[in-house]
Amino acid sequence: MDWHSIFSQALQQGLGPVAAVYCLAAIGLNVHFGYTGLLNFGQAGFMAVAGYAMSAFVATWGLSFWLGSLVGLVLCAVLALLLGVPTLRLRADYLAIVTIAAAEIIRQTVGSVSLLKYFGGQDGLQSFNATFNDLNPFTGSVGIPGVVSWRPYDFWTLVVCWVLAALCCLVVWALMRSPWGRVLKGIREDEDAVRSLGKNVYAYKMQSLMIGGLIGGLAGIMSALQHSAINPSFFATDTTFFAYTVLLVGGAARVLGPVVGTIVFWFLLSFLDLFFGEATSGTNPLIPDWLMDSNQASLMRFVFMGLALMLLMVYRPQGIFGDRRELALDAR
Amino acid sequence: MPADRTSSPAPGGGGATSTAVVDVSAARAALRDVPHEPGAPKPDPIVVADGIRRTFGGLTAVDVAHVEIQRGVITGLIGPNGAGKTTFFNLLTGFDRPDQGDWSFNGKSLKGVPAYRVARSGMVRTFQLTKVLSKLTVLENMRVGATGQQGERLLRAMFAPFWRGQERANTEKADALLDRFLLIKKREDFAGSLSGGQRKLLEMARALMADPELVMLDEPMAGVNPALKQSLLGHVKSLRDEGRTVLFVEHDMDMVRDISDWVIVMAQGQVIAEGPPHSVMGDQRVIDAYLGSHHDQDLSVESVDLENQILAEVEAEIAGGQPPAADEQAEPAATPGDQRG
Ligand SMILES: Nc1ncnc2c1ncn2[C@@H]1O[C@H](COP(=O)(O)OP(=O)(O)OP(=O)(O)O)[C@@H](O)[C@H]1O
Ligand SMILES: [Mg+2]
Repeated sequence: MDWHSIFSQALQQGLGPVAAVYCLAAIGLNVHFGYTGLLNFGQAGFMAVAGYAMSAFVATWGLSFWLGSLVGLVLCAVLALLLGVPTLRLRADYLAIVTIAAAEIIRQTVGSVSLLKYFGGQDGLQSFNATFNDLNPFTGSVGIPGVVSWRPYDFWTLVVCWVLAALCCLVVWALMRSPWGRVLKGIREDEDAVRSLGKNVYAYKMQSLMIGGLIGGLAGIMSALQHSAINPSFFATDTTFFAYTVLLVGGAARVLGPVVGTIVFWFLLSFLDLFFGEATSGTNPLIPDWLMDSNQASLMRFVFMGLALMLLMVYRPQGIFGDRRELALDAR
Repeated sequence: MPADRTSSPAPGGGGATSTAVVDVSAARAALRDVPHEPGAPKPDPIVVADGIRRTFGGLTAVDVAHVEIQRGVITGLIGPNGAGKTTFFNLLTGFDRPDQGDWSFNGKSLKGVPAYRVARSGMVRTFQLTKVLSKLTVLENMRVGATGQQGERLLRAMFAPFWRGQERANTEKADALLDRFLLIKKREDFAGSLSGGQRKLLEMARALMADPELVMLDEPMAGVNPALKQSLLGHVKSLRDEGRTVLFVEHDMDMVRDISDWVIVMAQGQVIAEGPPHSVMGDQRVIDAYLGSHHDQDLSVESVDLENQILAEVEAEIAGGQPPAADEQAEPAATPGDQRG
C-alpha cells in the first residue's frame, strides 16, 4: 500500500479545481440556506444557466468569453427573480419545490434535441475556453514538490476558483456582519418578527436569492472551464446535494464553512476511493477477494462517506465550524 | 441674590425629552366626555376602524362596525378566548387582510398596506406567541428593531464606515432599554435561551427600539411573574407619559383596571362595550360575554352572584362525577362557607 501516493492524490482532489467549484456553489447556498433560511434545492440550475450562457456565447455564437460570462451572471439574477417572485411570499417549502423543478427543467431544456444546434444536446459543448487558457501563466507541473502537483491548466483553474471563493467569502463576511446580514439572520429565525419591525422581508429574501444565485453562477462557469466542456450531466440534482453536503460538513452560517467543508469532503471521498482501490488490487490484496473485489471497491467510498456523514450529524450536527450553543437552542 | 440663584430651577427643557409632547392629563380628561358605548367617537383618535370583517370559512372572527383609539392614552382590549382580539391586531397591523372594511392610522388609510410599512409608519406590535430571533443575541435582537439603518441597505452594508456610527447609537439605545427591562445581564446570550417571561420583555423592549407612536401589545404580561408585572406596569405607564399611545390585549383584569384609561371589550368578533375600566367591568353585557363562554376570570369577583353560581356548578360537577370516596382524603368538597374562609 503506497500511503504517500494515496495522501498525495487525495490532497490533490481536496484542494483541486472540483473542490473549489463546489466551494463556490456551497458559498451561494450558505447565503440562501445558512443565513436566510431559504431552501434552494436548485443551485445546479443557477450553475447551468451561467455555465451554458458562457459556453454557448463562445462555442455557438463565436462571441466574447467575458460577455458570455457577464450575460450568464445576469441571467442568474433573472432566474432568481423568476423563482422568487411567486414563491418568496409563500412558505419556505414552496421555494424548495420550485427550485428543484426549475433546475431539472433547465437541465432538460439545454439537453433537448430541438435546441441541439445551440447547446449540443446531451453531448454538450466544447472548445470555449481559449480565452481563459490564454491567460494561464503556468507551465509544466505545478504544486508543492514531493507532496502534491497539478497539471498547469488544472492549477490555473484551481487558482482562479479559490481566488473567486476567497473574494466571495470576503463579500459574505462583510455583508453578514452588517445590519443587512442581521436582518437576513432575523428572517431565518422568524420572518414575521422581522416584518413587525418594519423590514421589507420580501425584498431581503430576493436580494439573498440573487446574491447566492450569482455565486452559484460563478461555480457553473468555473465548472465548465475546469472540464473544458459542458453537458447536462454536470448539473444533475446530485450536484446541488453535494454542495449541501459540503455546506453542512463545514457548518452552515459560517463564512469559512464551505471552504473547510469542501476540502474535507473531497479529500475523504478520494482518499476512500484510492484506499479501497489499492486494498483490493494486486495478486495478494489487503482485503481478500471473497470480501470485496475491485469492482465493489469503487462504490465503497459512497458507503463510507454516507457513514461518516451520519456520524457527523449525530456527534457534530452543527458541522465542523458550527456553534454548539446555537444547536442547544433547537431543543427548547 | 446668591440665594436666588441656588433656588432657581434648572434650565427648562431638562425633563422634556420625548419627541411628541402629549399632555397626558388632557388626553385622559378628553375621554371623560366620551359616551360609554361601543364605537364611541373620540376627540383625538389615532386609529379609526370601520366595518372590518374577517371570516375563516364559516366563522366570523372579527366583525367590528366602528372603533376609535384615543391618542396618548392606554387602551385595553379585553374579551374571552377566541373573541377575535389577536385577529383584530393582525388586521390592523397588516399581518392579515380583512374581507372588507377600512381603517386609518393618523388619518392615513392602512387598507392594503403591507405589515412592514405599517410598522414603519409608527405602529409597532408584539405577538401573543412571542417571536424572538433565537439564534441572535439579545442585543442583536434589539438592534434589528431600530429603524432607518443605513447598514440595512445592501450596497452600504459591505462598508462599515457607512453604518458604524449609527450602530453605536443604536447600541446605546438598546442598552438603555435592556437596562430598563432588566435584561442587561442577558445582553450577550442567545435570545433562544431566554425564559418565556424574559422573551415577553425582550419583545416589548425590541418594539420600543423603533420609537413607535402606537405600541400594540398582545398579552404582554402572560407568563411574567407578579413582582416583575408591577415594574412592567410602570414601564407601560411610562410609555404613555413619553407621549406614546398604547393598545394592549390582556386577560389579567387587575392589570387592565390598574393601567388602562379606556377599555374596549370584544366578544365573538364584535365590540360589545367600551368605557373606563370600572364602568366596563360592571357592565352586564361584559359579564354575560365572559360567562357565556365559561371563562372564569378575575371579573367574577365583581359579582358575588356570579361567584356563587360558579361554585355551585363546580360542586355539582364534583358531586356528580366522583365515585363514592374510599378514604377521608378524597373528600375535599366542603360547604361553600368553609371554602371561602
Ligand atoms: N388562521 C385562522 N384560521 C381559522 N380560524 C382562525 C384563525 N385565526 C383565528 N381563528 C379563529 O378566530 C377566532 C378568534 O381568534 P383570536 O386568536 O383572534 O382570539 P383571541 O381573542 O385573541 O383569543 P385569546 O384571548 O385566546 O388569545 C377563534 O375562534 C379562532 O379559532
Ligand atoms: Mg389572542
